[in-house]
Amino acid sequence: MKKVKYLGLITLILVLVVVLAGCGGNQAQKKAEKAKEQAYIQIKGSDTEVNLVQHLAESFMKDSDIKISVTGGGSGTGIAALINKKVDIANASRTMKDSEIKQAKENNINPVRIVIAMDGLSVITNEANPVEALTVKLLGKIFRGEITNWREVGGPDLPISLYGRQSNSGTYVYFRDHVLKGDYSAEMKRMNGNAQIVEAIKNDKAGIGYVGVGYVVDERGNEVEGISILNVARDENSPAVSPLKPENVKTGNYPLARPLNQYTNGKPEGAILEFIKFELSDKGQDIAIEEGFYPVSPQYQELNKKNLGLE
Amino acid sequence: MHQFKEKLIKYFFLLNGILVIIILVSIFYLLLKNSWPAFSEIGFRGFFASADWNPTSYEKPGYGILGQVLSTFMVTLGAMVIAVPLGVATAAYIAEVANPRIKGVLKPVIEILAGIPSVVIGFLGIVLLGPVIADTFGLSNGLNAINGSILLAIMSLPTIISLSEDAISSVPDKYREASLGLGASRWQTLIRSVLPAGLSGIIASVMLGMGRAIGETMTVLMATGNAPALPGSFFDSVRTMTATIAIELGEVPYNTTHYYALFAVGLVLFLMTFIINLVSDIILHKYQEVE
Repeated sequence: MKKVKYLGLITLILVLVVVLAGCGGNQAQKKAEKAKEQAYIQIKGSDTEVNLVQHLAESFMKDSDIKISVTGGGSGTGIAALINKKVDIANASRTMKDSEIKQAKENNINPVRIVIAMDGLSVITNEANPVEALTVKLLGKIFRGEITNWREVGGPDLPISLYGRQSNSGTYVYFRDHVLKGDYSAEMKRMNGNAQIVEAIKNDKAGIGYVGVGYVVDERGNEVEGISILNVARDENSPAVSPLKPENVKTGNYPLARPLNQYTNGKPEGAILEFIKFELSDKGQDIAIEEGFYPVSPQYQELNKKNLGLE
Repeated sequence: MHQFKEKLIKYFFLLNGILVIIILVSIFYLLLKNSWPAFSEIGFRGFFASADWNPTSYEKPGYGILGQVLSTFMVTLGAMVIAVPLGVATAAYIAEVANPRIKGVLKPVIEILAGIPSVVIGFLGIVLLGPVIADTFGLSNGLNAINGSILLAIMSLPTIISLSEDAISSVPDKYREASLGLGASRWQTLIRSVLPAGLSGIIASVMLGMGRAIGETMTVLMATGNAPALPGSFFDSVRTMTATIAIELGEVPYNTTHYYALFAVGLVLFLMTFIINLVSDIILHKYQEVE
C-alpha cells in the first residue's frame, strides 16, 4: 500500500524535475558548449559547400584532436545559426546581406569573411537537349519565366521546366541577384539541394537548373552522365565558356564564377583558426580541386590575409 | 490512508488531463499572438485572397497563401480519393473474408508500412514514382500533385485500414446472421448491413488518415516540386502549407513580417485540422446515438 503511494509521489516529483530541467537546461547547455568550444567546432550552412567542408574536416581530424561537425541546410540557415550563436562557422555560397550584418551586430556577433574555394556555378540541362550555350541575359529571361519554350533559344519544341533551389539557399540568392536581377518564375520547382536538381534533370528532357560545379563532375573530373553543362556567355559579344576549365573560373571569364565563403564570429582564433589555415593550405586547396571546385583566386587570397590578420 | 491514496491518484490523473488542455490552449495562443502582426501588416485580403507568396522577393514581397491552401487541398483530396476505397476494401477483406493465415500475414505487413519514415517515401517519390508518372502521362517530369497524392495515400493507408478493420470487426455478429438468414449473399451483407453499421468508425478512420495527409511535410516537400504558382491541374507542381513553413522557418529573421506570416500559415493549418477533427467527432457521436 505504502509503496504505491510513494510511487505516485515519485512520479510527481520526476515530472516536476523534468519540467524544471526543461526551463533551466538552456543555460547549463550554453556553459557546457563554451567549455568545449576549443576542441569542438560546429559548422553549418551552404548545401553547395557541405561535401567539400566535410571532406576538409575529415582530412583535418586525422592529425588533430579537434572535433568538427559539418551540416548543410542552406546558406541562409547557416548565417541565421551564426547570428543566433548556434554554430562557430557558417558556410555561405553568397555574401551576407546588410540586414543580416546589422542583425548580427545587434546580437554582439562580428562576422568575418573567409573565402575557401571558388565555384563556377553551372547551368545544366538534360543530355538530350541540343542547346549548348546561353547568354546571361537569356538565362535571366528563362528563369524569370519570360521565355517558356526551348524553341525560342534554338532547342526542341518543349515547354521549359525550371529547377532551382529554395529561398534559404545561397545559390538561389546568388543566381537571382547576378543573373535574374528580378524574381524567379513562380513555376520554378524549388528543390532541396544540388544533388536533387541533378537527379531531376537527368530524368527531365525539358529541364534546366543551376548547381555548384562540384556536383556536375565525378571524382575523376568527368562530367556526370545524363546531363549536359551549358557554356555561358557574359553578353552577346563575349564567347560562351565552360565552367569546367579552371582558368575560366580563375580569370572570371566564366560569368557565374563566385567565391565560396565561411563566416566566423570575430577574427578566428584557436581551433577555428587552425582549421581555416588547413583549408587554405596547399593540401586543403587540393581537396577543393578533388571535390570539383577551384582554388581561391589571388583577389580573395588578399581578402583572406586581411581578415585573418596575417599581414 | 486508503482514501488519501485514492484522492492522490485521482488528482494525478486530473492533472494530466488539465496539462493536455493547457498545452493545447497555449499552442493556440502562441499561434494567434505571433500571427496577429501578420494580419495587421499584410491585411486579410493580401493574405487570404492573393496567390503571390514570395516573402524574400527581389522586387516586392508577397504574402498570399491561396496557392498553398489550394495545393494542400489538392494533395489531400487526391490522397483520399485513392486511399479511402483501397483502405476500406482492404479492411473489409481482412475483417470479413480473409482466412486467419492470410490475416496473420497482412496485418503486420500493413503495420510495417506505417513505420516507413516519410523521407524514404519522399525519396521513392523522386526516383521511382516520378519517372513512372512522367512516362504514363507524357509529362517532362513527375514532380507534381499526383505524385504527392499517391505518396500520401500510401502513408495514410495503414491508419485507414487498421481503424476501419477494428470498426468492421466490432459490428455484432447478429447483424450478419440476420442478413444472411434473410437470404442475402455475403456481398450484400457486407455492403448493406456490416459497412453501414460500422460507418462511424470508418469515417473516423478516414478523418484521421486525412489529418495525417494534411500535416505531412517531408514527403510532399520532396516529391511535389514546391513551385509557388497557383496550381491549375493535378499535373502541376504544388507547394503545400507545411512545405512552405519547413522551407522558410529555418532562415527567417525573427519578428519580421515574414516570420509572423509563417505563423499565420501555421494558424490556418491548425484551424483546418481542428475543423476536420471536430467534424469527425460530431459524425461519430451522431451515429452512436442512432445505434
